[in-house]
Amino acid sequence: MTNTSLRLRAGLVSIVLLAAFLGIWHLATRSTGTVATMSPEYAKLMGLTATQGKSAMPGPLDVGAKLWEHLRRPFYDNGPNDKGLGIQLVYSIARVGAGYLLAVLVAIPLGFIIGMSPLLSKALDPFIQVLKPISPLAWMPLALYTIKDSSISAIFVIFICSIWPMLLNTVFGVAGVRKEWINVARTLEVGTLRRAFTVILPAAAPTILTGMRISIGIAWLVIVAAEMLVGGTGIGYFVWNEWNNLSITNVIIAILLIGIVGMLLDQILARFTRMVTFPE
Amino acid sequence: MSTFDDPFDANRNLQSGCVCGRHNSAAEHEQASLAFRCEPVESEEKRYEGVVASAVMRAIFPQDVARRAFLKSVGASTALAALSQFFPLQTATEVFAQAGTPEKKDLKVGFIPITCATPIIMAAPLGFYARHGLNVDVVKTAGWAVIRDKTINKEYDAAHMLAPMPIAISLGLGANAIPFAVPAIENINGQGIVLAMKHKDKRDPKDWKGLKFAIPFDYSMHNYLLRYYLAEHGIDPDTDVQLRSVPPPEMVANLRADNIDGFLAPDNICQRAIYDGAGFMHLLSKEIWDGHPCCSFAASREFITTAPNSFAALTRAIVDATAYASKAENRKQIAEAIAPANYINAPVTVLEQVLTGTYADGLGGVKTDEKRVDFDPFPWQSFAVWMLTQMKRWGQIKGDVDYKAVAEQVYLATDTRKLMTEMGLTPPTSAYKSFAVMGKTFDPGKPEDYVASFKIRKAS
Repeated sequence: MTNTSLRLRAGLVSIVLLAAFLGIWHLATRSTGTVATMSPEYAKLMGLTATQGKSAMPGPLDVGAKLWEHLRRPFYDNGPNDKGLGIQLVYSIARVGAGYLLAVLVAIPLGFIIGMSPLLSKALDPFIQVLKPISPLAWMPLALYTIKDSSISAIFVIFICSIWPMLLNTVFGVAGVRKEWINVARTLEVGTLRRAFTVILPAAAPTILTGMRISIGIAWLVIVAAEMLVGGTGIGYFVWNEWNNLSITNVIIAILLIGIVGMLLDQILARFTRMVTFPE
Repeated sequence: MSTFDDPFDANRNLQSGCVCGRHNSAAEHEQASLAFRCEPVESEEKRYEGVVASAVMRAIFPQDVARRAFLKSVGASTALAALSQFFPLQTATEVFAQAGTPEKKDLKVGFIPITCATPIIMAAPLGFYARHGLNVDVVKTAGWAVIRDKTINKEYDAAHMLAPMPIAISLGLGANAIPFAVPAIENINGQGIVLAMKHKDKRDPKDWKGLKFAIPFDYSMHNYLLRYYLAEHGIDPDTDVQLRSVPPPEMVANLRADNIDGFLAPDNICQRAIYDGAGFMHLLSKEIWDGHPCCSFAASREFITTAPNSFAALTRAIVDATAYASKAENRKQIAEAIAPANYINAPVTVLEQVLTGTYADGLGGVKTDEKRVDFDPFPWQSFAVWMLTQMKRWGQIKGDVDYKAVAEQVYLATDTRKLMTEMGLTPPTSAYKSFAVMGKTFDPGKPEDYVASFKIRKAS
């Protein structure tokens, strides 16, 4: 009972905060500038910012109207440089998916091996520690130069940035499996492979999935920046293209969508994490 | 040597000089042989067969001596039979005879969304590529470094580049040296110096010490023109002001945010800053040098050799589009065609002001200059020489420069002249012309003296 009322109250506060935010936004972006006196011939050649003192920042109403326009036709295709937001998002998600899956395929088996061998774990540690903090975009010029293909480079960048949290968490999870369980398995003469799959994997799964959840967040952060850099397709390209036109309205819409998609991706992995969690 | 002579003639030199040895060059020989040709060419097919066989023989025997020895020992007819056995001369000749059909029809051409790219962009919606049998995707690209890398990586077959870029790439400045070529200049004029509104009363460049200016790229006409302009007014661009490479779309935002005091930028960016009330037009670039080149259409040598017909068709389409764009009466239609999000993605009013030349100057006046931007495809090699002198002047190239050799290798004046003549246009007969930059005449024949004549330059 108290739980429901807490939720209700939290929801209410959320709505009030949102309304307050939108209200302040609306007030702050009203056209307040003085209308400069200029000849009509000149005014016709100028933008609204210059002629009517309209704020360069769009208000919530402008953004809402534009968002509705986008949502009504998300999948239009006007040629290679102008596609609907839906198509752009699909491109971005596909890129993130490809890079991320590759990272999963490499990081988890590798993490298992490293985690099960204290020697390897110590030997590889300095390399991982050096590679981990490198900003993914710093890889971009190198990738473009060596791979010679911009879309594969973008996927590579996703791969290289999402591999580290997964790898480290897998190593940590595998190494941290309780000794008693392994000893029991050993007493029962369970083979190495079977031990890995039936004892270690379930025990380490929550930690591994936490790593995967961190990784997908990073991958989504990076794709926008990578697409702004290489252009072509994707939500990052959309932001860049609209920035080019100084259309802040569309940039705000893209920001909103990037946030929503990022949240959804995170929620999916959070659900998986809950599925493999076990009470000790 | 003429490509149409018999390559199985043991006494003939395939590499250089002429067949009979009486003339210095193949061209001279051909001139003379027109009068008394021993063996008339029977048909077009026969002629192609000769050309193809010549090429094959040359490929098999790069050393002329070896080829002659081979022909002498086995005889020409045996050689022909042997050659036909492992090389399908017949097929090759047939393929060659279809000259003109592009090797590759689906092409990708990169562009930066500025009005300089007008011919490249408009050729898509207005059907110039299609008219020359090509299916071209024009792809918007994020910046000059990216367009360079994507063209080098062959993601793009050809691209819109700043006029000095293909020279810089060919010389290996700021990239690995990869031979590039320019068959056509995109636009002439069409840039401007825009200052922030707060500098309204600071119109004399002598007062500009300490200001921050943005340019689109180090290897750009914008960089060289701004440096030239400042230096002529006694400001050393390396020590007295700050020059920053900023992507054009960021320029307006930075100008508004007071991060920079002004810029020399490609158009629609200049006009956009005025349109949004962030700055005013201090000077059109045409007032520095009327008729200066800005952007170019560029492709790698590799593309030109592997797909010569595609390349020729592309060049023809660009020359066609440029000719169309140079007519004032077409400019409004072009502005509308290139404004959508798929192309430049800018308000039509802004593009119209740039292309028609009737524009708001940002200070409350309306000005008209029909040649604010103009289009002329001919790749004058003297343009390239001038750019090289400025690269040298500002320390981008160190050491000696063979101005003419580089210019002739990168700027394909001869090939474009030939294409233009075939298209029924009248290109200039020379590849060099003299011009004046801020009243100072440039003689393409004396580049070294020109560089030395400037007081302000980077000490080398």
